[in-house]
Amino acid sequence: MSAETAVVEEVKEKKSEPLFSKKNQKLMSNPLDIDNPITVQVLGICSALAVTTQMKPAFVMSLGLTIVTASSNVAISMMRNTIPSRIRIIVQLAVVSLWVILVDQVLKAYVYDVSKQLSVFVGLIITNCIVMGRLEAFAMGNKPWPSFLDGLGNGLGYGMILMTLAVVRELFGAGSLWGFKVFATLGIPYQGNGLMLLPAGACILLGVIIWVQRTMNGYRESH
Amino acid sequence: MENIINIGVRSIFIDNMIFAYFLGMCSFLAISKKVKTAFGLGIAVIFVIGITVPINWLIQNYLLVPGSFAFLGPEFAEIDLGFLQFIVFISVIAAMTQLTEMAVEKFSPALYGTLGIFLPLIAVNCSVLGAALFMVGRPYNLAEATTFGLGSGIGWMLAIVALAGVREKMKYSNVPAPLRGLGITFILVGLMSLGFLSFLGFSL
Repeated sequence: MSAETAVVEEVKEKKSEPLFSKKNQKLMSNPLDIDNPITVQVLGICSALAVTTQMKPAFVMSLGLTIVTASSNVAISMMRNTIPSRIRIIVQLAVVSLWVILVDQVLKAYVYDVSKQLSVFVGLIITNCIVMGRLEAFAMGNKPWPSFLDGLGNGLGYGMILMTLAVVRELFGAGSLWGFKVFATLGIPYQGNGLMLLPAGACILLGVIIWVQRTMNGYRESH
Repeated sequence: MENIINIGVRSIFIDNMIFAYFLGMCSFLAISKKVKTAFGLGIAVIFVIGITVPINWLIQNYLLVPGSFAFLGPEFAEIDLGFLQFIVFISVIAAMTQLTEMAVEKFSPALYGTLGIFLPLIAVNCSVLGAALFMVGRPYNLAEATTFGLGSGIGWMLAIVALAGVREKMKYSNVPAPLRGLGITFILVGLMSLGFLSFLGFSL
């Protein structure tokens, strides 16, 4: 979790605000582009690199993280006025691990093979910086509904980058998409690129994605 | 003894937390701008992993394994607390981080001054929880688990200091504007990770 996110972004609200006002729509759409959790806020990198060799685990992981972020954002936001600030980290961790245990048990029950493939990374959603970062930066200072949208938006922003990485890595690394052999079906002889399947390849690829995204949206960073 | 050295070398170089598993990347990227602070954070991480992995090993093997309450009587032999693993581990880590912070503040204010802000951040460092979860998946005994914990911490420190060294020099190079900062750092980490792959050739 980077120290910058500790600044609470307060969103002022009026009483009779419609559910999908402009401001609330922004909460959903910003994380997809100019405020993306991975490429701009630099949160949740560990799992983004580790689970993206194939599309299926990447999809399950994004789904799990979106659920955990949105629901723990709501839970913490409801409790925000009663949590003493000295022990807030451990309270947040307890709430997050509750949701992660639920997700883990559901995965083990219904998609056991994917759950085996994700191994420790489901558990690591607890320490996924996106969850903690959004709790610290947003849910501690905002009402449940905007917090829910913020969690959902950030989960989707994370999922977007994850799926992009997974499509490129699976297509060029193993020559398949969602387990379906693309190149073999088309009759094109293709030798899988081993670099794409290595974590190193994912890192370089993510660097390139950031480059492309920042060229398009004009976000710049001084050294 | 030989086994312990093997596990140590393996966890530092071959199964490096950063370059092989990509755990603890958030603080790795955020706090690697200067060598000095990177070194301080690295020491703190070694300390916390080195303490929490053996503690979690004890908890896992004496409390969370199915049938670990059999000594209380036959009716307790069926109890399996395995599903509590995540919440117990993260509580131990958060508590140890807090304790470490208090101990350092009390006994060495100078060190606390340099580490201060980084200490609480370690609780949410993926590599600490990751090390605990990897330890469960492998058949280690207590001594081996401790070595594994310390080795993972040392490997993490090595990686962050190395990256900070490179990033300090990056200031003098002319990187394309959209690639500056995060983008080039990722590419650097990828290249460093390729370098670390050469350790895979070691047979232990």
